[in-house]
Amino acid sequence: MDWGWIVDNRDLILELLIEHIWLSAIPVVIGLAVALVLGVLAHTYRWAYPPLLVVVGVLYTIPSLALFIVLPVVLGTQILNPLNILIALTIYSGALLVRTVVDGLDAVPPAVRKAAEGLGYKRLTRIVTVELPIAIPVIVAGLRVVTVANISMVSVGALIGIGGLGELFTSGFQIRFVTEIIVGLVLSLLLAVTADLLLVFLQRKTTPWDRLGATA
Amino acid sequence: MIEFESVSKRFPDGTVAVDDVSLVAPQGKLTVLVGPSGCGKTTSLAMVNRLVDVTSGRILVDGKDVSQTDRVELRRGIGYVIQHSGLFPHRTVLDNVTTVPRLLGWDKKKTRERAYELIEMVGLSTEQAGRYPAQLSGGQQQRVGVARALASDPPVMLMDEPFSAVDPVVRSSLQDEFLRLQDQVGKTILFVTHDIDEAIKLGDKVAVFAEGGHLAQIDSPGDLLAAPADGFVASFVGRDRGYRRLQFLPSEGVGVRSAPTARIGDRALDGWTLAVDGDDRPLGWLAPGADSVSQDRLEPLGSTFTKTDSLRAALEAVLVSPAGLAVRLDDDGCVDGVVDHATLAEHHQASSQTADSGQESR
Ligand SMILES: Nc1ncnc2c1ncn2[C@@H]1O[C@H](COP(=O)(O)OP(=O)(O)OP(=O)(O)O)[C@@H](O)[C@H]1O
Ligand SMILES: [Mg+2]
Repeated sequence: MDWGWIVDNRDLILELLIEHIWLSAIPVVIGLAVALVLGVLAHTYRWAYPPLLVVVGVLYTIPSLALFIVLPVVLGTQILNPLNILIALTIYSGALLVRTVVDGLDAVPPAVRKAAEGLGYKRLTRIVTVELPIAIPVIVAGLRVVTVANISMVSVGALIGIGGLGELFTSGFQIRFVTEIIVGLVLSLLLAVTADLLLVFLQRKTTPWDRLGATA
Repeated sequence: MIEFESVSKRFPDGTVAVDDVSLVAPQGKLTVLVGPSGCGKTTSLAMVNRLVDVTSGRILVDGKDVSQTDRVELRRGIGYVIQHSGLFPHRTVLDNVTTVPRLLGWDKKKTRERAYELIEMVGLSTEQAGRYPAQLSGGQQQRVGVARALASDPPVMLMDEPFSAVDPVVRSSLQDEFLRLQDQVGKTILFVTHDIDEAIKLGDKVAVFAEGGHLAQIDSPGDLLAAPADGFVASFVGRDRGYRRLQFLPSEGVGVRSAPTARIGDRALDGWTLAVDGDDRPLGWLAPGADSVSQDRLEPLGSTFTKTDSLRAALEAVLVSPAGLAVRLDDDGCVDGVVDHATLAEHHQASSQTADSGQESR
């Protein structure tokens, strides 16, 4: 371990960490927004769900590296443009979260939905103020998977030149410098664990009603 | 008023849940739909607020065809207690109860005050108002469901087995409380249960549904017990319908005779003596054979009845009296007379005959 290298390069390391954070976080946020809209639509217009599942299934099976390389061609962006990574990860995040959102909405007890209808909720108000809040635990479970997956996939981007902490692996491998690789690895892990804990904390704050069954 | 005009419901899978039902739930009255599981009670309710659309026929609420009314408007004007409560798990008791007033945009303070009132009325404490449904028992959840349906004070209510998850003792007191409330507010209520005793106790009218969504009979509870329309209704209302029916027959007019009363310290009478205080209020029975009336030899009175009570109350008073005599009290609680079993039986026979001939002439 070359501790001196870490101290000397702390600015670079911090910069890569921050890059890693926003490269993985922004796709989660946009992906969630897209998934909420598509998920609510698919939940409401049931016929649209099977074809949507086919589309997201196909999107999800494209290898990430292939997508990173194909996107610039499709979008006409520079190969080194971070937009490529952002868009690729947004596609993955959205594809996975659509299922999660629909699953979450489907898990709302029928009696609760009937009650909301019977009390005179309009459809959209019902979905937004009753069904989605009840679906939060399921949706957060999906968010945790997506977030951790994104944090590891950002590193793959290093192979095409932008990859946050992943760049520490690629350059470490090139010059056979173990310290750099370990720093990249440890920070990615810490980032994933922190993000996961943050999501768990957020869920506890937003769904105080969810863990009561045992104490009731 | 809620009117069903030849209403049928056939689900897409071919199940006929409701078959050509016509009935009227009168204004300000409680109409009970009762019947075995799967006979279309819930479906009938759900067609009133259009959670389910009728296949044929029509339903009118206060004279207006519900199919011509906007669904959301219609539902906000009708209180709805769903079977198994259907509370919102992510909202506290208070927020569950205030659902409809909030949808209607009511003043927040007024809404909260009303909600607390209702929460207490259904027998929950105000500190339970901050709890989530998962922290309540099934019966408590059902009561919150009732409070939620009452929150906006709707003139029409649909209640689907609102007390089914409550133990018999609490159920009975909720029923009493509910009847008291209904006496004051006089809402038009359609109430579903599969408990015939609950139907008879609560209903101004009782509609008995049979398998396949047929309406077998709709009548007042007394008439239902006196004259079941067919074998199904007779077996559904049960074996002891004769006894239960007594609660719908008045005891007024039964031949009471003057009571064998004496005060403490007086000489005892031949046979049983009813001890009374200075105001003629009953103290207890003194068995035959004693010389004088003394407080410590009295046997308990059992129950008593008044002019306005039913024959059932009078009979009950006979059955529990050590003397075999039911004591009738006047409005001031003073002894008004006594009646024995034979007299009650005669009175019963006479009044059933007139009731039955009344039945035929209708
Ligand atoms: N959405 C539906 N699709 C098909 N059949 C249905 C549907 N809803 C109810 N049914 C059927 O219609 C019949 C009447 O159901 P309903 O729920 O009205 O019965 P119920 O009298 O309320 O019974 P319970 O006392 O068990 O609540 C049943 O046979 C039921 O299986
Ligand atoms: Mg039912």
